[in-house]
Amino acid sequence: MGATAMTSTNPAHLEYVLRLGDAALIHGQRLSEWCGQAPVLEEDLALANMALDFVGQARMLLSHAGTLEGKGRDEDTLAFLRHEGQYRNPTLCEMPNTDFAHTMIKGFLLGSFNLLMWSRLCGSSDKALAAIAAKSLKEARYHAEHTGDWVIRLGDGTEESHRRAQAALDMLWPYTNELFAANPTDDAAAAAGVGPAWSDLAEDWEKAVLPVLKHATLTVPARTPFQTYGKFGRHSEHLGHLLAVMQHLPRSFPGATW
Amino acid sequence: MYTQALDIPPGEQPKRTPDAVENAAYQAEFDARIDAGATIEAKDWMPEAYRKTLVRQISQHAHSEIVGMLPEGNWISRAPSLKRKAILLAKVQDEGGHGLYLYAAAETLGVSRDELTEALLSGKAKYSSIFNYPTLNWADVGVIGWLVDGAAIMNQIPLCKCSYGPYARAMVRVCKEESFHQRQGYDALLAMMSGTDEQRELVQDAVNRWWWPSLMMFGPHDADSPNSGQSMRWGIKRISNDDLRQKFVDATVKQAEVLGVTLPDDELKWNEARGHYDFAAIDWDEFWNVVNGHGQCNVDRLAMRVKAWDDGAWVREAAVAHAEKQAAREKAAA
Ligand SMILES: [Fe+2]
Ligand SMILES: [Fe+2]
Repeated sequence: MGATAMTSTNPAHLEYVLRLGDAALIHGQRLSEWCGQAPVLEEDLALANMALDFVGQARMLLSHAGTLEGKGRDEDTLAFLRHEGQYRNPTLCEMPNTDFAHTMIKGFLLGSFNLLMWSRLCGSSDKALAAIAAKSLKEARYHAEHTGDWVIRLGDGTEESHRRAQAALDMLWPYTNELFAANPTDDAAAAAGVGPAWSDLAEDWEKAVLPVLKHATLTVPARTPFQTYGKFGRHSEHLGHLLAVMQHLPRSFPGATW
Repeated sequence: MYTQALDIPPGEQPKRTPDAVENAAYQAEFDARIDAGATIEAKDWMPEAYRKTLVRQISQHAHSEIVGMLPEGNWISRAPSLKRKAILLAKVQDEGGHGLYLYAAAETLGVSRDELTEALLSGKAKYSSIFNYPTLNWADVGVIGWLVDGAAIMNQIPLCKCSYGPYARAMVRVCKEESFHQRQGYDALLAMMSGTDEQRELVQDAVNRWWWPSLMMFGPHDADSPNSGQSMRWGIKRISNDDLRQKFVDATVKQAEVLGVTLPDDELKWNEARGHYDFAAIDWDEFWNVVNGHGQCNVDRLAMRVKAWDDGAWVREAAVAHAEKQAAREKAAA
């Protein structure tokens, strides 16, 4: 896949697509860790289904990123052969599953974000990205709805489930600051019509998320100055472990195809 | 995946008794329907022993699908390409789906999924002992698709014509997906065999470990399967364990050649007079050891199922509590 007419000369464009691709990849990897271990069989299937959607999105997005970059890197080179500091997913994606409440709260916070993101990206000036968005939007609707239903069940359910859901929300909420932090990449991508500056989605995101959290009887934590920088390549300690597992085979057998 | 033909007494007494008492007239009608190749449905009268045998077999089969998610699930987070990761996720998800249809088929016989789950988690119920072997390298995933799903298909195709309708219909759906799994497994191995020497070593290592356990999936020799005759009489079983095993060996030898792997059996050779491949004696001590709980992964597999169930208790309780509160709120509002 050498340099083609599709190659982008706008580095922010590539960076923007990598953020999306890495977010899907890392979130999908985390969801796939549930396989065979969910609280009920139906949920095992649902979690695998969501993981599969995210891996599928990651494949399309990273392939596209490889094309934009024009250096011959394909989806697998990008997924498996970069070092930690080269991943561009928001830190929230890499947070560990911890318990079912963490997974569902995280899935809901990200899922609601993705839903807005994909609906805006359907109108991207990057036609390939717009096509990926159209497909991903349908999946994101299901993800947001499924995880939102669980957030309500857990928040409203028993004392224990409420406590766990609240603890997960308290833990993960500060990581959403990163989603909406303004940065030059977003500004440039927005100016080029590639996609919205993520900070522009903050208001709509709160409109989508807050009523569900309220319905779930959860207390929304106050915003704090806490800031993370995964989308700039500075991650939490969790990502290195995730990558050690995920990259193990391609790193151990250089040059092999599978 | 698949439940092996085991002649093990049922661990539990089914709860439901048929609406009608057993009597000679019903029995004669049932026998005539079986002889005519007709399908028995959930609402039909059936002998208690037929029902018990089906509950045991279908639930073992369902448990096998669920436990069978674990050995391959072990490799999802380490799949070496995104394409293989997606294929494996979809496959393991299919196996969970098979478990669901099979539990539903068992429920038509008057047992609940909770009872069956309880029997699995307490160690009373059996599942296919193939899943008590470890998955040690990435090629195990391909070899399981090729050999284990392959053996499952051999076993399950005759079940598509099983006399009990709900089981037969579940099997039709399951078999389609299993064939897909087998092709994908074989395809993953072909990719590795056309790769590096190290990759070929991985494949051969996996074949060496899975070949004999795959042959054991067909269950004990016919002579050591005292209940097989009854199952055949009832149209639950259509082809004997040894015949299925032979069919599997005959079909697999050629595939191994194409792949370029050696099946670990010095005595494997074509027998012109029989028109079949001869193969060495199976190590039945190993088989029974694994069946009786002494395989490498018996403890781990069950422990993982128990942990998932126990860790999920608060989630299931929350779902019930929320549904109850919701119903109460709706009632209060009405
Ligand atoms: Fe299966
Ligand atoms: Fe299968």
